[in-house]
Formats: sequence, C-alpha cells, structure tokens
Amino acid sequence: MKYLLMIHSSETDDGKATPADLQSLMQAYGAYTEALNKAGVLLGSNRLRPTTDATSVRVRGGKTEVLNGPYAETREQLGGYYLIDVPDLDAALSWAARCPTSSYGTIELRPIWEMQTEQAGQPRYVR
Amino acid sequence: MSEAPSPAAHAAELAARRSYGKLVAFLAARTRDVAAAEDALAAAFEAALRDWPRGGVPASPEAWLLTAARRSLIDAARRRKTRDDAIPDLRLFADESTDDAPARAIPDDRLLLMFACAHPAIEPGVRAPLMLQTILGFDAASIASAFLVAPAAMSQRLVRAKAKIKQAGIPFRLPDADDLPERLAVVLDAIYAAYTEGWSDAAGTDARRRNLAEEGIWLGHLITVLLPDEPEALGLLALMLHAQARQAARRDARGEYVPLAEQDPAAWDHALIDQAETLLRRASALATAATIGRYQLEAAVQSAHVVRRLTGRADWDAIVRLYDALAALTGSPVVWINRAVAVAETRGAVAGLAALDEIAADARLADYQPYWAARAGLLARSGDVAAADAAYQRAIGLEADPAVRRFLQRRRDALRAG
Repeated sequence: MKYLLMIHSSETDDGKATPADLQSLMQAYGAYTEALNKAGVLLGSNRLRPTTDATSVRVRGGKTEVLNGPYAETREQLGGYYLIDVPDLDAALSWAARCPTSSYGTIELRPIWEMQTEQAGQPRYVR
Repeated sequence: MSEAPSPAAHAAELAARRSYGKLVAFLAARTRDVAAAEDALAAAFEAALRDWPRGGVPASPEAWLLTAARRSLIDAARRRKTRDDAIPDLRLFADESTDDAPARAIPDDRLLLMFACAHPAIEPGVRAPLMLQTILGFDAASIASAFLVAPAAMSQRLVRAKAKIKQAGIPFRLPDADDLPERLAVVLDAIYAAYTEGWSDAAGTDARRRNLAEEGIWLGHLITVLLPDEPEALGLLALMLHAQARQAARRDARGEYVPLAEQDPAAWDHALIDQAETLLRRASALATAATIGRYQLEAAVQSAHVVRRLTGRADWDAIVRLYDALAALTGSPVVWINRAVAVAETRGAVAGLAALDEIAADARLADYQPYWAARAGLLARSGDVAAADAAYQRAIGLEADPAVRRFLQRRRDALRAG
C-alpha cells in the first residue's frame, strides 16, 4: 500500500536551531532517505518552503480569492513529505518512527486513495 | 425459541459457536475486509440452515461453511468488479479454491484478527467491542447493551473501525518482536475490558453481561493457547479466574453486598482458584523483570487475598509489596487506594490514612466512590467519627449499585450507633 508521510513541526522552533543542529538534521535526513531508497520503498519526497512562502487560492461564486499564507494556522506546519509503498500500516509506522522529525514533531500517515484503471472515461480524481 | 431446534439447526449453531471467529479470521486475514468476511459467513450460515435439513449435516461443517463463504465472497467481488479491490480478491480465492483447501485444516488466524482489532490505529473504546463481534459473533445491539452505549452509536463505531482496518492497511500478522509486548498489552486490555464489563453486574441479573465475563475468560484461554509463553497473558487469565472464583461470594443469600474481607472462603470456587494459581506459577517461571506486568501483579494480589482459605489470614505484607510494584508501574490512583487499605492492615489505620492522604490532592478522586469508601472505613477505625460520617456520605452519594449503597449505609449507621 502507498502512504504519504507528512512531516509536521513547529517552524518557530525550527527557526531557533543552530547551524550545527541544522547540519546534523540534514545528515540524519540524508541517511533516512538513503535507507528508504535502499529498501526500495521510496516513491517520492520533497522538502517544502516555510508557510510564510505559502499562497492559498479558492474560487467562491465565480470569484477567485488569493490568500497570502497557509490554508490553516496550526501550531505545527507541514514541512515536507515522503511517499512510500510498503505492505501494510505497521511497516509504514516503523518507517515514520525512523523519520528524524518524529522525535520533536509529528508524522501523519495517510493511505493513498487508489484510483481504478477501469474507469478510464473519467478524470482520475473523480470517484 | 420455543420449539426444539432440528439437528441441522443445532449443528449449524454449534459450528457457528465453535468456528465463527476462526472463519472470520481466516477470510479477513486474506482480504483484509472484516465486514465482507462477516457478510459472507452470514450468507454461509443461512445456506447451511437451508441445505443441511435436506441433505444432512456435512462431515466437516467448518469446511462446508468456509467453501460457502468463499463462494459468496467471490460472487460479491464479481458484482462490484469495477471496485478497486475486486481483482486481487478474485485471484486470491481462485488460487485457494482449486487445490481443495477445505479438505486441509483451516489455519487459526484468530490471534492475527485480535491484533488487528486492538491495533493502536483503532480507537481504544471500540477495540474490545470489535473483538467481541469478530471473534465471538456478538451482534452490535448486545455489545451496545453490555457497554451501556446506544446501539446505533455502537454499530456505527464498529463499522468505522472495520473500514479503518481495510483502508488504513492494518495488517493481519504478528507484530515485530520489538512491538509485541506493547501490542499484546493492548489486546489483553481489550479482553480484560470485556471481562470487567461482565463482572460489574454483580447481582447477575443481566444475562448478556454475565455471558460477557465468560467470553472474556474464553478469549483469555484462547490467547494463552496461541501464545503459551507470554507471562502477561497467563497473568490476565489467572486474574480473571481468581475474580470469577469469588463471583458468587460477592452477594449473600439475600442479595446483600459482601466485601472481600468478609467473604466465607467456603463460598469461593476452589477449582478455579487452583487453575489460577497454576497459571500464575507458570507465568512467574517464564517472567523476567521486563515481562512482569500489571496482570501478573494483580493476579498475585488476588492470590495473596485468597490464601486466607488455607491460613485464615490474607497475606497483607505481600499485598502491600505487590501494590508498591503496581504503583511504580502504573501510577494509578486506584492502586494507591488499595495500597493504603493494605497498609492499614499491616501498620494500622493511621498509617493507612497517611498513605491515602498522599493522593488526596488528585482531582480524579473527588468523584470516585472507592476512595471515599476506603477513607470512611479508615477514619472509622481511627476513631474520627465525624470525618468518617462525612466520607460515608460522599461514598453513598457516588455509588450506583443499590446493594453496595445499602452496605455503606449500614456501615454509616453502625458508626452513629457505636
């Protein structure tokens, strides 16, 4: 099954990290990504720019509203993700627990909603 | 039912009771779809009741039911063949149907199903109900009434939990060795929750709840058979058997509450006590410092209480030591209350009260009947009649069981008379 591991942590706290902290975190992430790769479970991964760089958009009554900032103000923010393919939730949980941010932030696991190939006539996001 | 069941109906019912959980587990472990497995089995039982009276009861009712349930699963998969999971389902069942699988023994996957039901991703309150439904075949209405929840709400929570198992990819396999102790603890907690729901009906008026205590013990037996070397599983079964052994002694002939210290050991079920003691010995032979958990300690407390049947006195020193260990392990205020009562037995009421005072600030205890009853009893023994009277009043006001309420009232009256 495919799972999206969403990495949440406090941007405020992250901002207080020393260069040495950041360097060791980057190394930990490098090793983690490598481990996922070696295990053959990694489908994709990215780090996100902070929410200060976020822009949100919605269309209401035919009018496009563009908002400066993230969709929701939360204590911890989405900072990156890994998309993995593993046999089951326990396997996904054990990978999530190894993610360096799990020791100070929160990793949310969401199973990917698999689309069927049979409904070829429809756009992929319609179910 | 008023009329005697036909032999076929009786055989179907027997097979249902013996095999229900096993068949659900077998099917669910292969499709990860508990609800579909239950539906398929329901259809299979319906077919059995229709066919067996005409054609006779098959040689292996279990295998017959499994074949029928598989057929029904395949039919269901064909009907919704555009659904995402239909193709693997079909392939899976085709594979197993071709090699005459029913002729072989059906693997027992009930343990895997229990671990799935008690997975940390499942809402804690629904884990025990989910086990009762999938392993024992209880319907949502019976479970709801036992857990004092509205049937519609219970049924919705069960449906949601089964969907979660399927959609979140909760596995049907034994947890890794690292995770096993923690996961097993959750399974044991769910079994104990089922047992205590049944045990709390002391008057034995509610057949469904009484049944639940027996089913809890049955699940406890099952887990010790499937995982014979887990000390905590043995400890839980020992604890439940100890409690069950004193079940009838909790009320006198007139239905009045009898506290443990005043129960006549002759009213205890000594065969059950012996079974519990054997289990506890097996557990302590297997246990290491890391695997002595709350169930072994609580069972040992029970054992130290009922040693009174042999020596005339509970082993209060051991009870204090066991509660010390339990308090260190769980930090539960309930443990502290029991410990304080045991301290009063070994070092006097004043020492017991001092032990109780250590947790008096815990806000959770303000509405907790056993705290006030313990406090009242210790105050009465230390001679503080006014404070004891006030504590009895709090305890009486918080008690839901009329028999216990009458008992506390009698104690309070005795206080005034004395």
